[in-house]
This record gives sequence, structure tokens and C-alpha cells, in this order.
Amino acid sequence: MHFKARVGAKLADVKLQTALKKLQGNFVKGRADRITELDNFPEIRDAAAAIRDRALANLDVYLDTFERNAKARGTVVHWAETHDDVNRIVREIAAQHGVRKIIKSKSMVTEECGLNDALIGAGLEVVETDLGEYILQLAQEPPSHIVAPVVHKTRDEVSDLFAEKHNAPRLTEIAALCREAREKLRPHFLSAHMGVSGANFIIAETGSSLIVTNEGNGRLVTTLPRVHVAITGIEKVVPTLEDVTTLLRLLPRHGTGQSITNYISVTTGPRRDGDSDGPEHFHVILVDAGRTKLIGGDMQEMLRCIRCGACMNHCPVYQSVGGHAYGWVYPGPMGSVLTPTYVGLQNAVDLPNAATLCGQCHVACPVKIPLPELLRKLREQQFERKLKPWHEMFALRAWGWLAQQPRLYAMAMRVQARVLKSAADERGMIRSLPFASGWTDRRDLPAPEGRTFREMYAEERSKA
Amino acid sequence: MSARANILARIRTRQGKAVSPRNAERELVAQFIAAHPQSPRPHVDADLVARFRDRALNLATSVEDIASLQELPAAIARYLGERQLPNTAVCWPEFARLDWAAQGLQVEARAARDSDLVGITGAFCAIAETGTLMMCSGKDTPAVNSLLPETHIAVVSCSRIVTGMEDGWDLLRRDIGSMPRAVNFISGPSRTADIEQTVTLGAHGPYRVHVLLMP
Repeated sequence: MHFKARVGAKLADVKLQTALKKLQGNFVKGRADRITELDNFPEIRDAAAAIRDRALANLDVYLDTFERNAKARGTVVHWAETHDDVNRIVREIAAQHGVRKIIKSKSMVTEECGLNDALIGAGLEVVETDLGEYILQLAQEPPSHIVAPVVHKTRDEVSDLFAEKHNAPRLTEIAALCREAREKLRPHFLSAHMGVSGANFIIAETGSSLIVTNEGNGRLVTTLPRVHVAITGIEKVVPTLEDVTTLLRLLPRHGTGQSITNYISVTTGPRRDGDSDGPEHFHVILVDAGRTKLIGGDMQEMLRCIRCGACMNHCPVYQSVGGHAYGWVYPGPMGSVLTPTYVGLQNAVDLPNAATLCGQCHVACPVKIPLPELLRKLREQQFERKLKPWHEMFALRAWGWLAQQPRLYAMAMRVQARVLKSAADERGMIRSLPFASGWTDRRDLPAPEGRTFREMYAEERSKA
Repeated sequence: MSARANILARIRTRQGKAVSPRNAERELVAQFIAAHPQSPRPHVDADLVARFRDRALNLATSVEDIASLQELPAAIARYLGERQLPNTAVCWPEFARLDWAAQGLQVEARAARDSDLVGITGAFCAIAETGTLMMCSGKDTPAVNSLLPETHIAVVSCSRIVTGMEDGWDLLRRDIGSMPRAVNFISGPSRTADIEQTVTLGAHGPYRVHVLLMP
């Protein structure tokens, strides 16, 4: 996880920069427009945060209730402590049902697990069916956004990729490319033995799992194959259908700037007697894989997250470098909190600092997660665990000592103000500064006017 | 210990609770679920049909009024003819006995297959707030008819248009009692914006959704 090392290349990537510009326009403006449709948006947002907190406060009982109600409808419920457990359980389900071909709808938790590689390694055929994920599977790249996984690619790149991988004439219209993918994927939907999906929510009241999609691939994946496996984090449980309804007023508006997604599919158990469609077997895998580490601690509020992506859409850092720079599955501010907490702070030292703390992510979050506050707490932990580079640790300690010596501090500031003023050019700007080239390489630093605030304050007081 | 027991124990330990939940905790959860209270909802104007129509059109669903079910075959024949779409379709059994042949349509009452190009369905109810169809799967209401064909035609009775999704759940609790295998909320033709965030209609599901509103 070397965020800093990747940033330069991402900033210089012209195609990526073009792609990222569109994201701001569409998703940021889309959210702003769509929330005005809700005359009482602040109350709905408060209720959404309360719904998530209520589920988390009695998480074990809600999970147990979900399991009981799911089993009553014939669902097989599995529990996975680790990512490897998830992969093992899916392989076992596939073996149990004689599965050879698997179709998938978009699921970030399976990205965490590296599920596709694990299944392909076990000799199974795996086909991603969300258009974005399908493109990425062909290109052998990871997603760069949790909602719009292929946001980093331009249409031209997709044209080239399809022409090469489909061995077909190169199409350039977006509608034609979508049609091409539809026609390539339809036979897979019809021939697959097993569908793997995530779940945006699971509902304790009914033992159901719910997915929101636009393309319809999620519906196909959960309807056509004879086995359906839904994989989801334990924190995704909500108590009731009413609760999930409130969250659904916010998720699409914050995710893609839609009032509602094209499809919301709530599935409860396998096909019933007499049904002409639906899977014969329905499995749900409830995944921990680091989530319980967040419970009851400084980071618990992060478990409210409904994975809309608004925090990254609104983040000036994400907008500048895209998702791949963050190094793991989850990018943007939510990723900068989740990655260190899931994989260990020592493995993601840069991430809590990959934010300007401008606060946009907190403002845009539909469930009011105080992301800047959580990032600040992670920075504190970094300092306490001595995970910062030695020169930063030394500088902070030195400053801390100096700030506790008022006379010495005042003198040092006076010297600094004068030295910096003398380093300024005729416009009052400093063009380069030792130890601060990270700033001055790309922009000028305004120089102080020569005296400190305390000097001027003392002078004003003596006049009065 | 099983993975289940480990995960649940970790949750409780981290929350400073005893190893297994007390009856009071279970009671609290059971009571909340039994009450399933609603949270604040947005304002929706009282004219639900107008609101449904407006929102559905916004989602690229087309909407047409018919006076009775008897008019359905003619309305569908006209819709398909105007767009040069095929005159063969599959429908839910409830529409099997309509006089399709008189309008030159070949309509079979069965679950859709891949090669079917037009699917005709009813709807469990419709939701005015968002212009959405609520579909419940079942023996006589196969989910694939609104999914596999390129054209989905849905017949909705105005008396079954409810304000919000909460009212749809209430109707489901009243009319069906428990959750069907699949509840699908449909809000227009399938779409994707994965390439350059450009919205394109017709991804893996229907390219067009046409709603026929009946009194």
C-alpha cells in the first residue's frame, strides 16, 4: 500500500484525468439534484443513521433473527470468519451442487476475498456480468470505484478491449458496445449453474437479501442459475422492510444521482412449490473478515457505511488520483478508514493521510459517518504506534517541545517570519523552500509579511 | 467453536456484553420487528396517478391509459405495430383468455424464455413516489417475463397505485402474508452508465418498459 508512490503516475495519466472529470459532474451534481426531491432530507438522513446504529447496537441478535427467518424459508446460512473461509465455502457449495460455470453480479466483498481467482484456481469458470466488472475481467484489472468500477477507462479503451478480446469489428458508439456485451453475456446467463451476488442489505424481519442494480444482471444472476449464493458483510443487516426503505431513499441518490435504481431485488429463499423460475438452492454467506474489529471501538461508526461511494465522488484527493492509487479494494475516504482497519494500519500507513480533511465526505455521507474524525483518529494511532516516518515523528516532537516554551517559541517564530520574508520574490511569494519541495514544486508559498501576529498584537495593545 | 459462535462472541465481547444475549435483548429486537415503525417519509402529492405517471415518464417508462382489460390486446397491438416490434409475446396466465388473435397477436401464457421478445405482465402494485412497479414472483407471476424479453409491457390498475414503498410492504403483508421468493421493484428499462457515465438504455434486461394504466 504505497499511496504516495502511485500518486505521481495517476496525476500524469491524461486518460485517467479525463475520465475522473466526468465523475465529478455526473455523480456530485446528480446527488445534489436528487436530494432536493426529498422535502425533509435532513430528517430522512438522521433516520438512516439511526437505523444503522440500531442494527449495530444489537448486531448479534439481529443476525441471529435474520438467520432464523432465512432458514425458515429454506435458505442455507453460512458464517465466514476470514476471506479464505468465504472462498472455501463457495468452492464447497459449487462442488456440492456439481457446478462448473458461475456468473457473478457486482460484489465488493468478493473483491476483498479475491474470490474469482480462488474459484478459477479450483477449475471453475467465472464470468462477471456487470458491464463495468466484465470490462475489468477482460482487462484483468481491479475496480477503481465501488459503484462505477470502470470509471478510470475511456470509451476508446473499451472499444479496443472488446475488439481484441471478442475478436470482432471495433465498435465506437457506447450503445453498440453495451449491445455487444449483452449479446456476449446472455449465453452465459442461460448456461451457468450458479449465480454469485453480494447484498446491499439483509433484512432480519424476513430473512431476505436485497440488491440494487441498474443493468438487470443482478436479477438474472439471482433468478436463472439453479444455485444462488449471496455473500455479504455481517454489518449489512437491517431490522425491517421499513428500515431498508428509508435507506433505499438515500443509497441511489448518493451513489449514482438516481431517485431509485432500475431494479431493487429482494430475494427470500429458493423457488417455492409450483414456481416456474428461481434457483433451487439459495445460500447466504455472512462475512466477518475484520468487521468485528471495528465494533465497540473508535471506528464503529464506519460500520454504518452503505457503500454508496458519495465520499469518494466528493473527495478532492479521489477526484485527482482515482481509486487505484489507494492500493486495496476500497478507495476514497471510506477506503482510507476501512483499509487500515481491515488489513492493519502498518500495511496502509499513507492512507489516513490521503485526505485533506476538507469535510466534504462527512457532508455527503447519507448515514453521517464522521470520516474526517475517523481519519484523524487513525493519524493519532499512527503517531502512538510510531508508524510515521522518523523525520515526521522527530519534527512533531520537536515542535511539541518548542510550543511548550513560550519565550523560545516567540523568538523562533520571529526569526522564521523574517527569514521567510527575505526569501520572497517581488510578488511576495516563495518559489522553493528546503524540506518543503512537496509544496513548492507545484505552487508558490505566500511569504509572511515579516512580523508575527504576537508582535503586532502587542504593538496595537501598547498604542491603546 | 464454530465460525458462527466465534463471530457472535466477538461482537458481544467487544460491546462489553455477556456471552449470550439476555431475554430482554431478544425481546427488544422482536418487539421492534413486530412494530416495524416507519421513519420520516418525503411529501408526495395526493394525486397518486399523476405522480406515478410523471415519475415513470422521467425514468423512460412509457405510460398509456386504457378504459378496461378488454382494450388491452388492441392497445398492445398498436404499441408494438408503431414501433415495428414483433407480434408474438408471452404473458402471465391472468391474461391468457383475452382475445389476442383478433388483434393479430400470438400470445402464449407461460414463463419467458431467452428467445421471447415481448413479455406481458401485471404488477403487484405500483409506487407513486418513484414511478416504480412492484412485482412479486409466484406460480402465476413468473419474474422472468419482465426480465428476459427486450420489451416489457405491464398492466397496472390505478387502484393499486400506492404512495411509497412502505405502503407496498403493507399491502404485501395484507394480501400475501409472507415474503414471496422474489420481490422486484422495476423503475424503467434496464440501463447502464458504466462507460463514461453515459446512460444507455437496455443493458441486460428490457430495452423498453410500457405501462398500461387501467381504472
